[in-house]
Amino acid sequence: MIIVKGARVWRRSGLVEAAVVIEGDRVVEVGTVTASSGARVIEARGAILGPGLVDIHVHLRDPGQTWKEDISTGSMAAVAGGFTAVVAMPNTAPPIDSVKAVKEVVDRSAEVGMVDIAVAGALTRSREGLEMADFDGMYEAGVRMFTDDGDSVADSGLLRRIMAYLCDLPGAVVAEHAEDRSLTRGGHLNEGAVAASHGISGLPAVAEEVVIARDLALAADTGARLHIQHVSTAGSVSLIKRAKESGLAVTSEVTPHHLKLDESAVDSLDPNFKMYPPLRTAADRQALVEALEDGTVDAVATDHAPHSVAEKDVPFEEAPRGVIGLETSASVAWEALNGDAGLFFERMSAAPSRIAGLDRHGQPVEPGSVANLVLFDPDRSWKPRSFYSKSSNSPFLGTSLTGMVMATIHEGSVVYEGDADE
Amino acid sequence: MSGLLTLRGLSRPVLEDLLDSAERYGKQLEGRDKESSELAGITVTTVFFEPSTRTRLSFEKAAAHLGAHVMSFSPETSSLEKGESLRDTVLTLSALGSDLLVVRHGGVGVPGLVARWTGLPVVNAGDGRGEHPTQTLADALTMRKHFGALEGLRMGIIGDIRNSRVGRGHLWALPTLGVDITLIGPRTLLPVANPWGVRIETDLDSALEGLDVMYLLRVQRERGGAAGLPSVSAYAARFGLTQSRLSRLHPSAVIMHPGPINRGVEICDAAADGPSSLILEQVANGVPIRMTVLAAAMGAK
Repeated sequence: MIIVKGARVWRRSGLVEAAVVIEGDRVVEVGTVTASSGARVIEARGAILGPGLVDIHVHLRDPGQTWKEDISTGSMAAVAGGFTAVVAMPNTAPPIDSVKAVKEVVDRSAEVGMVDIAVAGALTRSREGLEMADFDGMYEAGVRMFTDDGDSVADSGLLRRIMAYLCDLPGAVVAEHAEDRSLTRGGHLNEGAVAASHGISGLPAVAEEVVIARDLALAADTGARLHIQHVSTAGSVSLIKRAKESGLAVTSEVTPHHLKLDESAVDSLDPNFKMYPPLRTAADRQALVEALEDGTVDAVATDHAPHSVAEKDVPFEEAPRGVIGLETSASVAWEALNGDAGLFFERMSAAPSRIAGLDRHGQPVEPGSVANLVLFDPDRSWKPRSFYSKSSNSPFLGTSLTGMVMATIHEGSVVYEGDADE
Repeated sequence: MSGLLTLRGLSRPVLEDLLDSAERYGKQLEGRDKESSELAGITVTTVFFEPSTRTRLSFEKAAAHLGAHVMSFSPETSSLEKGESLRDTVLTLSALGSDLLVVRHGGVGVPGLVARWTGLPVVNAGDGRGEHPTQTLADALTMRKHFGALEGLRMGIIGDIRNSRVGRGHLWALPTLGVDITLIGPRTLLPVANPWGVRIETDLDSALEGLDVMYLLRVQRERGGAAGLPSVSAYAARFGLTQSRLSRLHPSAVIMHPGPINRGVEICDAAADGPSSLILEQVANGVPIRMTVLAAAMGAK
């Protein structure tokens, strides 16, 4: 038995001061708790207890690139960031495009066991953009999200057939990394003032927007569920907003770094600010924050993309794209949402759970709900100086953040407990 | 000053001091006693990852005039071919006893990275499309010597500005020195944004007559400039300094080009070789400028 005392608990009715009793994998009591003999007691000291966070966009680099991250270190990073479920992207080496590849990751994740790792399957065989991947087999093995993340499906005819096919598999969603490579070739940061200042070729906003516009048209045509990954421009936001208003089954996500930073941060040419999509203008950032508030963007997802120090300590144009995010996401999202707990748990837990079909996550803390929980202290300030992740390519390294994960509970077990006196 | 990585943010007095100092070195070079021993015992290593003749020779001559020992590194004769990383290469050059590195590389920001890795003063001799600071300073010196002052000079930079490190360096430093810059080129070769707030023109003929300085750039095929043009001849027709455009220039206007020049494309023979051309003065002024920058980098004087 675990008792969390003195928490502000996120219930269906909102935040309520209460104690929470957990037995087995369930929350059994929310209210005034007196007896606590034999129970493990966690003193919340006014921190917020809510549903465990869910990140539908992480790169665990396993198999194939385990010097950057592996299932075990990625799981540690996830629980330290308050996550009880993550969706692992399939652009591993080899890519996750078959039942066998899915099962391998699922089985090894289960051995680690501290966080639910759902696997996204590739849309096309070997992520080559030429033929459909084995959707039925992967679906059978539990996959609900399919993506060639890292690349768009460039062939519109193929994507249209994929969307039509996936309509027959309930809950399946096409997740798109929106990037027209013919518009981004040679680019390394947002096409704009900072790119011009340095003479480095840019990645224009329109490279993302043309793909989203095409995909929305194809989704309308086929009736498929579409999820747009890491939205980064005001133009993308307005495309999605219009599509949602017309009743399309489209969802979208934004990364923490796009919520907090804009292209001015890249002026230092520090490769820890290099990723795709790139940090955009201040106006884009503002549009993303508003879109997250009004629901045009459904979820925060980190696009946690570990790269080693040696890989990043190279000239900016040679550095790989991507930054880590699992361990800092909650703090950044809390700030972006102005400390609105309801919006926070909706965008960080409930909505991503629905998108990825993770029904053991994202529920308010009520008697009977699954004990996937996070204890988050919104008032605690901290500076990330080291990470549980194997990599440290974070744009927030050494910066001051507010809001800290104090504990993570997965299926009724405490899988992470921060140092309360740190 | 410890090295020279960028001209961005340098104040007018700092830039003017550099030009004044270069002018003194220039006079010294014209006199009988050209050599000094300011950098005696110092090893200057030129580290050029991109091909260059004039810039490297100019730096090496400048170092020699100051009494420095010169080492020279080029990738085709090095372990880079055996897969050595950039970082390991420059750490080796540092360990060999270099006191100052002059770095040219195809990547923007590499000189700064090298300075961080080695802890040595580094002079940027051209970083990708970033900057070529000593070329900019040599051009500023050339204009100042010719016109007597830089304040109010109307300079047109014409051509592939998007891909030009020389053009970018000019944009950071010359407005600070009072030069009034207009960028002239097809939209596909202009910078993608204008953080400098300079005037932009896509029609050379309407801008031609108001210029004191015609600064021509070549189309940087190696950096993709040609992809922004239907053809080289189309470029020459719209933006080349042809005989007929030459005749429409203000009589006191000058023609400049950082080289290498493509005759018949951005510049006709009569313009390159005529009395209004300062192209060879630009090359000559590179030496005292580089003496200044090397001496300043080592804290001499």
